[in-house]
Amino acid sequence: MAEQIALEVTRFSPERDKAPTVQSFDVPLRKEWVVLDALNYVKDKVDGSLSFRWSCRMGVCGSCGMMVNGEPKLTCATFLTDYAPGPVRVEPLKNFPVMRDLIVEITDFLEKLSKVKPWLIREKEKAPSEGEYPQSPEQLETFRQYSMCINCLLCYAACPVYGLDPLFAGPAALALAQRYNLDSRDEGKSERLDILSQHDGIWGCTFVGDCTQVCPKHVDPAGAIQQYKLTATQEWVKSLLMPWGGK
Amino acid sequence: MATYTSYPPKGYRVRMSTYWWLGRWPYLKFILREISSVFVAWFVIETLLQINALIDGPEAWLEMQDFFSNPIVIALNVISLFFVVFHAITWFNLAPKAMAVRLGGRRVPGILIAGPQYVAWAIVSAAVAWLLLRG
Amino acid sequence: MLDISSTDVLLIGGGGAGLRAAIAVAETNPKLRVAVVSKVYPMRSHTVSAEGGAAGVIRPDDSFDEHAYDTISGGDWLPDQDAVEMFVKEAPLELMRLEHWGCPWNREPDGHVAVRPFGGMKKERTWFAADKTGFHMLHTLFQTSLKYNAVQRYDEYYATKLLIEDGQVQGCVAIEISSGKIQAIAARAVILCTGGAGRVFPFTTNAAIKTGDGMALAYRCGAPLKDMEFVQYHPTGLPFTGILITEAARAEGGYMLNKDGYRYLQDYNLGTPQPTPVLRSMELGPRDRLSQAFVKEYERGRTIDGPYGAVVHLDLRHLGEKKINAKIPFVRELCLKYENLDPVKELIPVRPVIHYVMGGVHTDINGATPFKGLYAAGETACVSINGANRLGSNSLTECLVFGARAGRDAAEFAAVQKMPGRHLLAQAADEEARLDDQFLNKSGGRERIATIREEMQKTMEQSAGIYRSGETLEKGANKLRELQERFLDVGLDDHSRTFNTELVAALELGSMLDVAESMIQCALHRTESRGAHQRTDFPARDDQQFLAHSLVARQPDGVPRVSYLPVTITRWPPAERVYGK
Repeated sequence: MAEQIALEVTRFSPERDKAPTVQSFDVPLRKEWVVLDALNYVKDKVDGSLSFRWSCRMGVCGSCGMMVNGEPKLTCATFLTDYAPGPVRVEPLKNFPVMRDLIVEITDFLEKLSKVKPWLIREKEKAPSEGEYPQSPEQLETFRQYSMCINCLLCYAACPVYGLDPLFAGPAALALAQRYNLDSRDEGKSERLDILSQHDGIWGCTFVGDCTQVCPKHVDPAGAIQQYKLTATQEWVKSLLMPWGGK
Repeated sequence: MATYTSYPPKGYRVRMSTYWWLGRWPYLKFILREISSVFVAWFVIETLLQINALIDGPEAWLEMQDFFSNPIVIALNVISLFFVVFHAITWFNLAPKAMAVRLGGRRVPGILIAGPQYVAWAIVSAAVAWLLLRG
Repeated sequence: MLDISSTDVLLIGGGGAGLRAAIAVAETNPKLRVAVVSKVYPMRSHTVSAEGGAAGVIRPDDSFDEHAYDTISGGDWLPDQDAVEMFVKEAPLELMRLEHWGCPWNREPDGHVAVRPFGGMKKERTWFAADKTGFHMLHTLFQTSLKYNAVQRYDEYYATKLLIEDGQVQGCVAIEISSGKIQAIAARAVILCTGGAGRVFPFTTNAAIKTGDGMALAYRCGAPLKDMEFVQYHPTGLPFTGILITEAARAEGGYMLNKDGYRYLQDYNLGTPQPTPVLRSMELGPRDRLSQAFVKEYERGRTIDGPYGAVVHLDLRHLGEKKINAKIPFVRELCLKYENLDPVKELIPVRPVIHYVMGGVHTDINGATPFKGLYAAGETACVSINGANRLGSNSLTECLVFGARAGRDAAEFAAVQKMPGRHLLAQAADEEARLDDQFLNKSGGRERIATIREEMQKTMEQSAGIYRSGETLEKGANKLRELQERFLDVGLDDHSRTFNTELVAALELGSMLDVAESMIQCALHRTESRGAHQRTDFPARDDQQFLAHSLVARQPDGVPRVSYLPVTITRWPPAERVYGK
């Protein structure tokens, strides 16, 4: 195995640069090293001004999403050796404004997340002393997959609709809405229907399906959105046939 | 003075290229899938033209046959056939994703939702072929 | 750039404890404003990596007294028993409240919440959500917190200093990391929920962000830190990355083997090996005993030499693929992704790694520190319910119970305080000048952050690791003093203001050096062995002198001073910690 591999990283400091540039570093090529280890090597030993987000380095916090050779990846879960002999190109996550080096602005996602009401909506709440809302393992299974989203936003980087139209709600926000819709304890389906069944909600999705391909947690946001399209259509038909209620 | 003023840096927006769909194979596959609907529409138009010709009588029908013997039209139809089949296959394979059918607490595997569509397609195609070719 | 804003209750830290406290404030008094300052987006907080579960009594054959006893004896009789008694009673209510907020706890077929066995607990009382309990809890809390308009978040703001006036904490100064702006946030009460400080050691399960910032903030104001010598090693972490292999892998039946394939724990008074797991015995013994067994095995030359040092093996092969995929799928995923091995077919190399800091900011049963206006909750705080050694699955519950209590208490306190004035902006201006002088505008610093950090970590592992002695601790104390001097000479490569993560790293290093100092001081003065603090020169437990908490506080002259606070004993007189019988 070669001793080193070239790491080409995007550099951008708005105080200094008009546009992002690329800088190349030679980093050790070790079998266990992931791209994040290489970035940390550069920051610790070579150039402390390289800025990027990371935290848990075990694929559960969702901080370290970046483009590696054009694919959205969690850099803590991407082995350097998979790219040997290199070079490895590391760029900030696509479809988001770049703030600095490999760091992007994600407040847009947080706003969209809040909009879809990702919490349990119930008419009547129980007190904790009254015990749990009963839920069978099968009921848990219906939404469990969609609850696994770590908000890493790789799906937004993969979604061409979001790239072309930043108003689109996006895969993760819609999948999380569906996670609550399918939760047997939730009673907020109709509240969310009006929010989701919009031009920039589920109907913006054209089922490219790349979001599901890149999702590191196998959430399948594309599936969640298409299923919700069916549900929303059913509700629309119901409202036509039974305009007097039934919601 | 309850709220704070945020001074985030002006983010640099990378413009999405008009040829974004050539950048990755999944994107290209998607665009081809969408374009296939144009060829499906072409097949529908051809069918309508043929029906129209049938109604108009034997001369119109012969004119139609000449039209369809034109090598350009044949080539177009071969390409269209490829796209229509591509359209059908991608459609059938995507159906299980949109339909989460649960039986007895477990999700029905995708092949059981896609499979019957292929079977139905084969049966209908066989029936139509028999009708057209027997005479 | 300088800006000032105000709020009523300020949370520093937005993880499990921080978000729970924020919701508690909003629910206790909807008229109060709550601000959550976090150096990362809240869903990145380290709560997210917790795997095993959260303990709370719900089975009819279980009782509060038993949970309390397990916690107290597991903590080697250092936990304050009044706090523990209150904690075990509120635990199931808090966990149930989280269920009502949507947390997807695993269920029994009849629809009730399921519980599983966990190390150190005699009965099954650990609630779990697959093996991603912390992840589900954090996301439930975060998404629920979005409901409350009163909660305002300052995402990616790093708090550098507490604002103090008239002997009362009145807010904090924070850097808006994305722009470098200095933000003064005036508040009527402040709750520190910044988590632990595992990054002070070289091998840790903790994320990069666990740098003890809140503990340092309190320490620098003279607020005492408590029981800092007690740091918990988790016996099964992956080498090199330190990634945690959850205790649940052992609870489901995993074996720990030395280089001869022998279940070595039976040699260390932890019971006899059975084919299926037995609570509180063998592989389900308490974490500190298992970590100590590793060191002893290493000294006897029975550990395996791996590329990153000595390891032992965790054997899950006999559980079978089906059980592994059902109960501990994340364990399998971690091994495949980070060590390139499949636990269904291979042995997992593991070693003890730092996992939790039992010590923290000294608080009372309501999360209040002796410093007026300052509260703490979660791993940052030390109440103490964990004492000398924490039982697995108590800490997630701890975040909820004490996050809620601190939130409620701070809300009541804040409601009757005067609103701090704008003149605090002057303190923020001073802080801005300090940061510029010490880091951003300084040229010629000769030390690299990473060099000092790595030397500090090595020092801590050698002098204050699983086994310590007066000699190693003295050496460590001297080395730390040297590192603190050298820290003043640190030079940054990054002098910009936009998203300067190197500046944040430097500030975090400063926090870690302070926390490390407090740990070594407390360890030096406790001349006994108890729980996670094992002195080779004082191997016995000494209840005569040391049935007390160590309090370390930085004096105005900068010198740390250690004093003692007796443990509150209510119903359980100290006995011997016994496992495997």
